[in-house]
Amino acid sequence: MKLEFDIASGDFSKAGRASSRIKKMLKQLQVDPKVIKRIVVAIYEAEVNVVAHSVGGKMLAEIDGTGIRVIVQDNGPGIEDIEKAMQEGYSTASKAVRNMGFGAGMGLPNINRNTDEFTIESELGVGTVLTFRNNF
Amino acid sequence: MTLTVTEEEVEMKVSELVEKFGLKVFSGESGLENEISGGYVSDLLSDVMGNSQEGQVWITLQTHQNVMAIASLKELAAVILVKGFEPEEDTTERSNEEGIPVLGTDKATFEMAGNLYITLT
Repeated sequence: MKLEFDIASGDFSKAGRASSRIKKMLKQLQVDPKVIKRIVVAIYEAEVNVVAHSVGGKMLAEIDGTGIRVIVQDNGPGIEDIEKAMQEGYSTASKAVRNMGFGAGMGLPNINRNTDEFTIESELGVGTVLTFRNNF
Repeated sequence: MTLTVTEEEVEMKVSELVEKFGLKVFSGESGLENEISGGYVSDLLSDVMGNSQEGQVWITLQTHQNVMAIASLKELAAVILVKGFEPEEDTTERSNEEGIPVLGTDKATFEMAGNLYITLT
Protein backbone atom coordinates (compact mmCIF):
# COMPACT_ATOMS: atom_id res chain seq x y z
CA MET A 1 0.00 0.00 0.00
CA LYS A 2 1.34 3.43 -0.94
CA LEU A 3 0.27 6.86 0.28
CA GLU A 4 1.62 10.10 -1.12
CA PHE A 5 1.29 13.60 0.30
CA ASP A 6 2.37 16.99 -0.99
CA ILE A 7 3.73 19.24 1.75
CA ALA A 8 3.65 22.99 1.11
CA SER A 9 6.24 25.36 2.51
CA GLY A 10 5.06 27.59 5.35
CA ASP A 11 1.59 26.09 5.69
CA PHE A 12 1.56 25.02 9.34
CA SER A 13 -2.19 24.48 9.26
CA LYS A 14 -1.60 21.38 7.11
CA ALA A 15 1.23 19.98 9.22
CA GLY A 16 -0.11 16.80 10.79
CA ARG A 17 -2.29 15.85 7.83
CA ALA A 18 -0.04 13.01 6.64
CA SER A 19 0.68 11.69 10.14
CA SER A 20 -3.01 11.76 11.00
CA ARG A 21 -4.01 9.88 7.81
CA ILE A 22 -1.27 7.28 8.22
CA LYS A 23 -2.18 6.79 11.88
CA LYS A 24 -5.80 6.05 10.94
CA MET A 25 -4.64 3.64 8.25
CA LEU A 26 -2.33 1.75 10.63
CA LYS A 27 -5.10 1.53 13.22
CA GLN A 28 -7.42 0.02 10.62
CA LEU A 29 -4.71 -2.49 9.79
CA GLN A 30 -4.58 -3.32 13.52
CA VAL A 31 -0.88 -2.59 13.79
CA ASP A 32 0.51 -2.75 17.35
CA PRO A 33 -0.31 0.58 19.08
CA LYS A 34 3.29 0.84 20.31
CA VAL A 35 4.53 0.81 16.71
CA ILE A 36 1.92 3.39 15.69
CA LYS A 37 2.83 5.71 18.57
CA ARG A 38 6.49 5.81 17.50
CA ILE A 39 6.04 6.18 13.77
CA VAL A 40 3.51 9.04 14.04
CA VAL A 41 6.01 11.08 16.06
CA ALA A 42 8.58 10.64 13.28
CA ILE A 43 6.10 11.42 10.50
CA TYR A 44 4.76 14.54 12.23
CA GLU A 45 8.27 15.89 12.85
CA ALA A 46 9.23 15.23 9.23
CA GLU A 47 6.13 17.09 8.02
CA VAL A 48 6.88 20.07 10.23
CA ASN A 49 10.48 20.15 9.00
CA VAL A 50 9.38 20.38 5.37
CA VAL A 51 6.86 23.14 6.24
CA ALA A 52 9.27 25.11 8.41
CA HIS A 53 12.58 24.74 6.59
CA SER A 54 12.08 23.85 2.92
CA VAL A 55 10.55 25.35 -0.19
CA GLY A 56 8.15 22.40 -0.24
CA GLY A 57 8.26 18.68 -0.82
CA LYS A 58 6.43 15.41 -0.60
CA MET A 59 6.09 12.33 1.53
CA LEU A 60 5.69 8.77 0.39
CA ALA A 61 4.64 6.05 2.83
CA GLU A 62 4.80 2.38 1.92
CA ILE A 63 3.08 -0.13 4.16
CA ASP A 64 3.31 -3.90 3.81
CA GLY A 65 3.00 -6.89 6.14
CA THR A 66 6.42 -6.34 7.67
CA GLY A 67 6.47 -2.62 8.39
CA ILE A 68 6.18 0.95 7.18
CA ARG A 69 8.78 2.85 5.18
CA VAL A 70 8.55 6.61 4.78
CA ILE A 71 10.46 8.75 2.31
CA VAL A 72 10.35 12.52 2.75
CA GLN A 73 11.85 14.57 -0.04
CA ASP A 74 12.02 18.34 -0.31
CA ASN A 75 13.19 20.65 -3.07
CA GLY A 76 15.72 22.64 -1.10
CA PRO A 77 17.50 24.54 0.22
CA GLY A 78 19.32 21.58 1.78
CA ILE A 79 21.04 21.26 5.15
CA GLU A 80 24.46 22.83 5.52
CA ASP A 81 25.67 20.69 8.41
CA ILE A 82 23.74 17.46 9.00
CA GLU A 83 25.78 16.57 12.07
CA LYS A 84 24.78 19.83 13.74
CA ALA A 85 21.17 19.47 12.62
CA MET A 86 21.02 16.07 14.31
CA GLN A 87 22.14 17.57 17.65
CA GLU A 88 19.40 18.05 20.20
CA GLY A 89 18.75 21.77 20.70
CA TYR A 90 20.30 22.96 17.43
CA SER A 91 17.86 24.75 15.15
CA THR A 92 17.91 27.22 12.26
CA ALA A 93 14.20 28.02 12.63
CA SER A 94 13.03 31.64 12.32
CA LYS A 95 11.81 33.61 15.33
CA ALA A 96 8.21 33.44 14.09
CA VAL A 97 8.42 29.66 13.88
CA ARG A 98 10.00 29.45 17.34
CA ASN A 99 7.24 31.60 18.81
CA MET A 100 4.76 28.94 17.72
CA GLY A 101 6.67 26.43 19.83
CA PHE A 102 8.50 24.84 16.91
CA GLY A 103 12.24 25.10 16.30
CA ALA A 104 13.36 23.61 19.60
CA GLY A 105 15.98 21.56 17.80
CA MET A 106 14.25 18.32 18.70
CA GLY A 107 12.69 17.34 15.38
CA LEU A 108 15.44 15.21 13.83
CA PRO A 109 16.44 13.68 17.20
CA ASN A 110 12.76 12.74 17.72
CA ILE A 111 12.72 11.06 14.31
CA ASN A 112 15.93 9.20 15.06
CA ARG A 113 14.65 8.03 18.43
CA ASN A 114 11.28 6.84 17.17
CA THR A 115 12.36 4.84 14.11
CA ASP A 116 14.08 1.49 13.60
CA GLU A 117 16.06 2.67 10.57
CA PHE A 118 16.79 6.27 9.63
CA THR A 119 18.94 7.88 6.98
CA ILE A 120 19.25 11.52 6.00
CA GLU A 121 20.91 12.86 2.87
CA SER A 122 21.12 16.48 1.91
CA GLU A 123 22.70 18.58 -0.79
CA LEU A 124 22.85 22.35 -0.60
CA GLY A 125 20.80 23.98 -3.34
CA VAL A 126 19.15 20.66 -4.19
CA GLY A 127 17.26 19.33 -1.21
CA THR A 128 16.99 16.82 1.60
CA VAL A 129 15.80 13.21 1.60
CA LEU A 130 14.82 11.41 4.79
CA THR A 131 14.15 7.68 4.72
CA PHE A 132 12.93 5.88 7.78
CA ARG A 133 11.33 2.58 8.62
CA ASN A 134 9.61 0.89 11.52
CA ASN A 135 9.04 -2.85 11.64
CA PHE A 136 5.68 -4.30 12.70
CA MET B 1 10.35 23.57 31.39
CA THR B 2 8.67 20.21 31.80
CA LEU B 3 6.72 18.51 34.53
CA THR B 4 5.44 14.98 34.23
CA VAL B 5 2.92 13.17 36.38
CA THR B 6 2.78 9.45 35.80
CA GLU B 7 1.16 8.25 39.01
CA GLU B 8 -2.00 6.36 38.14
CA GLU B 9 -3.44 5.85 41.60
CA VAL B 10 -6.08 8.56 41.33
CA GLU B 11 -8.56 8.11 38.53
CA MET B 12 -10.13 11.24 37.24
CA LYS B 13 -12.13 12.37 34.28
CA VAL B 14 -11.66 15.65 32.42
CA SER B 15 -15.14 16.77 33.53
CA GLU B 16 -14.16 16.37 37.19
CA LEU B 17 -11.08 18.49 36.60
CA VAL B 18 -13.23 21.18 34.95
CA GLU B 19 -15.54 21.24 37.94
CA LYS B 20 -12.81 21.15 40.57
CA PHE B 21 -10.87 24.10 39.14
CA GLY B 22 -13.68 26.02 37.42
CA LEU B 23 -12.05 25.63 34.02
CA LYS B 24 -13.58 27.15 30.90
CA VAL B 25 -14.59 24.59 28.28
CA PHE B 26 -13.85 26.14 24.90
CA SER B 27 -14.49 23.06 22.74
CA GLY B 28 -14.34 19.29 22.43
CA GLU B 29 -17.21 18.65 24.87
CA SER B 30 -17.57 15.07 23.61
CA GLY B 31 -14.23 14.29 25.26
CA LEU B 32 -15.16 15.49 28.76
CA GLU B 33 -15.43 11.90 29.93
CA ASN B 34 -11.84 11.15 28.85
CA GLU B 35 -9.84 9.51 31.63
CA ILE B 36 -6.76 11.40 32.82
CA SER B 37 -3.56 9.40 33.24
CA GLY B 38 -1.33 12.32 34.24
CA GLY B 39 -0.12 15.71 33.10
CA TYR B 40 2.52 17.27 30.89
CA VAL B 41 3.67 20.88 30.81
CA SER B 42 5.57 22.39 27.90
CA ASP B 43 5.27 25.07 25.24
CA LEU B 44 7.74 23.36 22.92
CA LEU B 45 5.74 21.25 20.52
CA SER B 46 8.48 18.73 19.76
CA ASP B 47 9.00 18.20 23.46
CA VAL B 48 5.34 17.29 23.86
CA MET B 49 5.50 15.18 20.70
CA GLY B 50 8.51 13.29 21.98
CA ASN B 51 7.69 12.95 25.67
CA SER B 52 4.00 13.20 26.51
CA GLN B 53 2.02 10.03 27.15
CA GLU B 54 -1.47 8.93 26.16
CA GLY B 55 -4.19 10.21 28.48
CA GLN B 56 -2.20 13.11 29.90
CA VAL B 57 -3.57 16.64 30.26
CA TRP B 58 -1.31 19.12 28.46
CA ILE B 59 -0.87 22.55 30.04
CA THR B 60 0.40 25.20 27.58
CA LEU B 61 0.11 28.78 26.37
CA GLN B 62 0.21 27.82 22.67
CA THR B 63 -3.20 28.42 21.08
CA HIS B 64 -2.80 27.48 17.39
CA GLN B 65 -4.18 24.37 15.78
CA ASN B 66 -0.93 22.40 15.75
CA VAL B 67 -1.61 21.96 19.46
CA MET B 68 -4.60 19.84 18.46
CA ALA B 69 -2.62 17.94 15.82
CA ILE B 70 -0.24 16.88 18.57
CA ALA B 71 -2.96 16.23 21.16
CA SER B 72 -4.69 13.98 18.63
CA LEU B 73 -1.59 12.09 17.51
CA LYS B 74 -0.54 11.53 21.13
CA GLU B 75 -4.12 10.78 22.27
CA LEU B 76 -3.99 13.26 25.13
CA ALA B 77 -7.03 13.63 27.41
CA ALA B 78 -7.35 17.42 27.20
CA VAL B 79 -5.45 20.68 26.73
CA ILE B 80 -5.48 23.49 29.31
CA LEU B 81 -4.62 27.00 28.11
CA VAL B 82 -3.23 29.17 30.90
CA LYS B 83 -3.29 32.89 31.76
CA GLY B 84 -6.60 33.54 30.03
CA PHE B 85 -5.36 32.58 26.58
CA GLU B 86 -8.08 31.55 24.15
CA PRO B 87 -7.82 29.01 21.33
CA GLU B 88 -7.80 30.12 17.70
CA GLU B 89 -10.87 29.25 15.69
CA ASP B 90 -9.30 26.35 13.77
CA THR B 91 -8.02 24.98 17.09
CA THR B 92 -11.57 24.71 18.47
CA GLU B 93 -12.78 23.18 15.20
CA ARG B 94 -10.10 20.51 15.37
CA SER B 95 -10.80 19.97 19.08
CA ASN B 96 -14.46 19.33 18.31
CA GLU B 97 -13.59 16.93 15.49
CA GLU B 98 -11.18 14.98 17.66
CA GLY B 99 -13.21 15.00 20.87
CA ILE B 100 -10.28 16.38 22.85
CA PRO B 101 -11.40 19.27 25.07
CA VAL B 102 -9.61 22.61 25.04
CA LEU B 103 -9.98 24.13 28.50
CA GLY B 104 -8.96 27.49 29.91
CA THR B 105 -7.85 29.03 33.18
CA ASP B 106 -6.76 32.50 34.28
CA LYS B 107 -4.09 30.89 36.47
CA ALA B 108 -0.45 30.88 35.40
CA THR B 109 1.22 27.61 34.40
CA PHE B 110 2.99 27.13 37.75
CA GLU B 111 -0.20 27.32 39.76
CA MET B 112 -2.29 25.22 37.37
CA ALA B 113 0.37 22.53 37.11
CA GLY B 114 0.77 22.48 40.90
CA ASN B 115 -2.95 22.03 41.39
CA LEU B 116 -3.09 19.25 38.82
CA TYR B 117 -0.09 17.51 40.36
CA ILE B 118 -1.59 17.56 43.84
CA THR B 119 -4.92 16.33 42.52
CA LEU B 120 -3.46 13.41 40.61
CA THR B 121 -0.96 12.12 43.14
